[in-house]
Amino acid sequence: MTMIRNVRERIARNKVLKFMAPPPMLELDVSHGEILYLEDLNVSFDGFKAINDLTMYIEAGELRCIIGPNGAGKTTMMDIITGKTRPDSGRAYFGSLINLLELSEPQIATAGIGRKFQKPTVFEQLHVIDNLELALQCDKRVWPTLFAKLSSTQQDFIDETLQLIGLKQQRNKQAGSLSHGQKQWLEIGMLLVQEPHLLLVDEPVAGMTHQEMDRTAELLTSLAGMHSVVVVEHDMDFVRSIARKVTVLHQGSVLAEGSMDEVQNDQRVIEVYLGES
Amino acid sequence: MGVFRILKDDRGGQMLLLFLSIITVLIPLLHLLVPESSPFHVTTYGITLFGKYLTYALLAVAVDLVWGYLGILSLGHGAFFALGGYAMGMYLMRQVGDRGVYGDPLLPDFMVFLDWKELPWFWLGFDMFWFAMLMVALIPGVLAFIFGWLTFRSRVTGVYLSIMTQALTYALLLAFFRNEMGFGGNNGLTDFKDILGFNLQDDTTRIALFIASAVALAFGYLVCRWIVSSKLGRVTVAIRDAEDRTRFIGYRVEYFKLWVFTVSAVLAGIAGALYVPQVGIINPGEFSPLNSIEIVIWVAIGGRYTLYGAVIGALLVNYAKTLLTGIMPDAWLFALGGMFILITLFLPHGIAGLFRREKQA
Amino acid sequence: MTRIFFIITLLLSFVNPLQADTASDFDSALQLLKQKNYALKSDAIKTIAASGNPQARAVLDAMLNGGLFIRKKEKDLVFAQKRGSNYQLTAVLSGEDLGQLKKRKLKKVGINNTLRGELRSALALLSLNNPDPEKRLEAVNNMLGNIDAGRAATLRDSLENESDSSVQEVMRLGIALSDITSDDINTRKRAITVLHGNLHPTAWNSLTTLMAKEMDDGARNAAKEALHSIDVKRQMSSIAETLFFGISLGSVLVLAAIGLAITFGVMGVINMAHGELIMLGAYTTYLVQVIMPDNPGTALLLSIPLAFVVSGGVGILIERGVIRFLYGRPLETLLATFGVSLILQQLVRVVISPQNVPVTNPEWMSGSIEINSVLSLTLNRLYIIAFCLLVFAALFFILKKTSLGLQVRAVAQNRAMARAMGVRSERVDALTFGLGSGIAGIAGVALSQLTNVGPNLGQSYTIDSFMVVVFGGVGNLWGTLVAGMTLGIANKVMEPWAGAVLAKILILVFIILFIQKRPRGLFPQKGRAAEG
Repeated sequence: MTMIRNVRERIARNKVLKFMAPPPMLELDVSHGEILYLEDLNVSFDGFKAINDLTMYIEAGELRCIIGPNGAGKTTMMDIITGKTRPDSGRAYFGSLINLLELSEPQIATAGIGRKFQKPTVFEQLHVIDNLELALQCDKRVWPTLFAKLSSTQQDFIDETLQLIGLKQQRNKQAGSLSHGQKQWLEIGMLLVQEPHLLLVDEPVAGMTHQEMDRTAELLTSLAGMHSVVVVEHDMDFVRSIARKVTVLHQGSVLAEGSMDEVQNDQRVIEVYLGES
Repeated sequence: MGVFRILKDDRGGQMLLLFLSIITVLIPLLHLLVPESSPFHVTTYGITLFGKYLTYALLAVAVDLVWGYLGILSLGHGAFFALGGYAMGMYLMRQVGDRGVYGDPLLPDFMVFLDWKELPWFWLGFDMFWFAMLMVALIPGVLAFIFGWLTFRSRVTGVYLSIMTQALTYALLLAFFRNEMGFGGNNGLTDFKDILGFNLQDDTTRIALFIASAVALAFGYLVCRWIVSSKLGRVTVAIRDAEDRTRFIGYRVEYFKLWVFTVSAVLAGIAGALYVPQVGIINPGEFSPLNSIEIVIWVAIGGRYTLYGAVIGALLVNYAKTLLTGIMPDAWLFALGGMFILITLFLPHGIAGLFRREKQA
Repeated sequence: MTRIFFIITLLLSFVNPLQADTASDFDSALQLLKQKNYALKSDAIKTIAASGNPQARAVLDAMLNGGLFIRKKEKDLVFAQKRGSNYQLTAVLSGEDLGQLKKRKLKKVGINNTLRGELRSALALLSLNNPDPEKRLEAVNNMLGNIDAGRAATLRDSLENESDSSVQEVMRLGIALSDITSDDINTRKRAITVLHGNLHPTAWNSLTTLMAKEMDDGARNAAKEALHSIDVKRQMSSIAETLFFGISLGSVLVLAAIGLAITFGVMGVINMAHGELIMLGAYTTYLVQVIMPDNPGTALLLSIPLAFVVSGGVGILIERGVIRFLYGRPLETLLATFGVSLILQQLVRVVISPQNVPVTNPEWMSGSIEINSVLSLTLNRLYIIAFCLLVFAALFFILKKTSLGLQVRAVAQNRAMARAMGVRSERVDALTFGLGSGIAGIAGVALSQLTNVGPNLGQSYTIDSFMVVVFGGVGNLWGTLVAGMTLGIANKVMEPWAGAVLAKILILVFIILFIQKRPRGLFPQKGRAAEG
């Protein structure tokens, strides 16, 4: 009998054809307090070390700001977390169970990591509301997508989000016709309807007015707690207005970590930002 | 009803279906009832020609589905068309039975000529219509699936993918030229007698094939329209415009591409299957890269990203081709080449794009 | 009665040839030729060949070529040559002109296949004394087919006077071929040593025959070893040959692809008319040859710069007229340049001819270098390989060492920055495209020497070139070289067991699978800049 079971196990279609196997969807486990573990990561492009022994932990519900000069490895770090770039060595875990290095980009997104890009990329040919509908948390396989219909709860959720990002009037406009700031908001909206556990936000306030910046700051701080948020930003005023804990990256590794005041008075950080003097 | 829901916001599609219903009634009537002396009489040749155009239009719709809505510029759809055609050709060949030149009850003429003794295994079953029709859809579909599986998963995109598709049809062209392949080599399959027991030369058979082509085009159009107006259609457009971004919101881009590409290949196969009994021959020339790229120009002229535009393009270009090759055979390739350049430079949205611009203005 | 007499004479002459009166031997042998019996004729041929008579050669030659007849009335032998419906006759012995005669008054001296072979080797024997070493070599080679003790003895004699080493070698082979059938074990063993590693087919054959009946173990082993050494040598030769064919095909691929490596690899332009630029180069060669038909060699050399100018010029026209409006839109570029390719093809069909045109190979390109009797390298392929390397080196030099090359690379890496530094990027674009196109034209000159020149020449090379560039890694000249050579060799290695067409298909499939594993080719450009 065991033999039969063995054979059956071996010829189960997801064992024979590896690609038929369902994606390994493990539950997100944050019982140890951390939602993101990055340990000893290394990436190099053509001999240039973009990430150099980077180790960093993000706690569940935390709002973390990451700053650093150009080329410090901020975007590359995000690329690793979202599966776009594979590190040469190191470990990256989402919760204590999900190994990010084994997953593809869509799997990572489905596991609950959302990303807003530095350059706003929305689907310009589609309407604003379609952009949100596509990003909406739901079954994203082919057949369910073909037959998908918005339930009234989902409809309401999208309406609420439209209200929140201030694009209610533009809901049936093509996303390509929006202003730069509106595209930023739309992308934030897409991030929200994805309902991720961890939000990676790359330069959210570039091209925004001061009022919009304040609203963004308000939004991000309100998200923290329920979600974990990692913000990469150059605008120091903005960082100061939201930051509880700041990490400074330099040459691919962590230079300093702490509250905004601590970081700002750190001698090494000053050197990096003001030049080696 | 489903059809109405699919066409709700689609003026072009409504017009197209109306047009198809009218011609399926009108053209047979003009042929049967109007006397031959009248200028309104449609000849048998005319019906067959129009039927051929309709199969081309279906092929164009299939190409537009992947190019206009998914961003895959396939330079190899002629291969799927030809494979569907070969599957149909094999059925028609088996129907000839012992009426061939050599009178062999089982083997087609070219096999007797090559001194083959047995029917190759891959010709078995093609004497049954249902089996052949299954293969018409299955062979292009499976090939597209395998090809797509290999290329999409390794994220071959854009121009690389286009050249891969061209290489695919080129490889098939070389393969089908070989006699050993068992598909009639250079000459292909021809000298068909009848389909489902009806003589292919009969007027009524030709009218029936014409109507079948119109119905297939309508069906193909509706399938594509259904896909592109669903959420899946919006995902494909998202993939077309920002593939990486679509991945980051959780869609497995490869699978979407794979399924849409396969559906498109199946439609192309169906078009090929309807094409063959109307023109009476299928040979390896159908695999030539030039054929595949001509389809692209139909779509480009009609206007990609509008399915009805693809139909307009296919009908117009082929009508022009028939006219021009009749008057000045040498000029056709110049005209075709010129069209490629002018359309891409000056009319990137094609004829349908002109309509749309007027509407917006 | 007469027959018996002749046989006796003949036997006598053979038993003791030295004592026989050679002149009368020759005469009586001539008489024998009139007989119908082929065995008698065969004996006569041997006698004539051994006679040393100055006319012997002419007689045997005429007999072999059907020019030896019997006059029915006079019953004597004559040389006859056809003149209209009659035959012009010459006396065999005196060389006197005998006038013309109708065919029915003559009877041909008939021969069969056995006699034909004997005639050839008899003639070969006579040629051994020819002052021209080429002729002697040919003669010995002709004898190898049916060697016997007598001929071997002749060879042994001639060997002593032979000065040419290659003739000597073949002579030794001939002697060994005879010795190997000797009854003396030591002679056989010596012969086996000579045959060791000899690639002539007769050596292998005689060794296998020996293996079948040899009783002596030592000789058997020696023969076995000798056979093995021949097999090894043959294998090496055939590997070398495949390699050579592969490299020459690879050179063709590299030549065709290297222009594309610039327009596509460096500039990122998808030029589907690339094959047609190659075709234009080939047609330039044809036209130059038409203008100077007496001097195909000079014409070919002249076509190289001309083809560069023609294809390069057309390339610049394409870039200025079409491509520059489409930068950053690769799919549109693909379609538009495909249109250009159709127009160029049709232009050639209408203006020149829809059929293939003949391009002659100059004399110095035909012929071959013979390495051994199984392996010879044809000169035209050798030239193509050398030419390919030359073009590659020149291009490499242009890109790495000249200021144009520097500007090209600068624009390719960062257009905006290059412009800010004062590089006129538009001009660089046009020149780069012209350079790539011009090199395609040069490739066309080379191809015109290998394949048919016709309007469709370029079509297949466009796809092949893209395959090579993609396989090698976009933007990497070395990659193109290695990829082209690899594909060429792989193609030739597979051809024997897969057939040319299937080999090509397998290569296509292989590249598709390869791209799957390494989407950026053999030598990828790394880093964020390549992500683009």
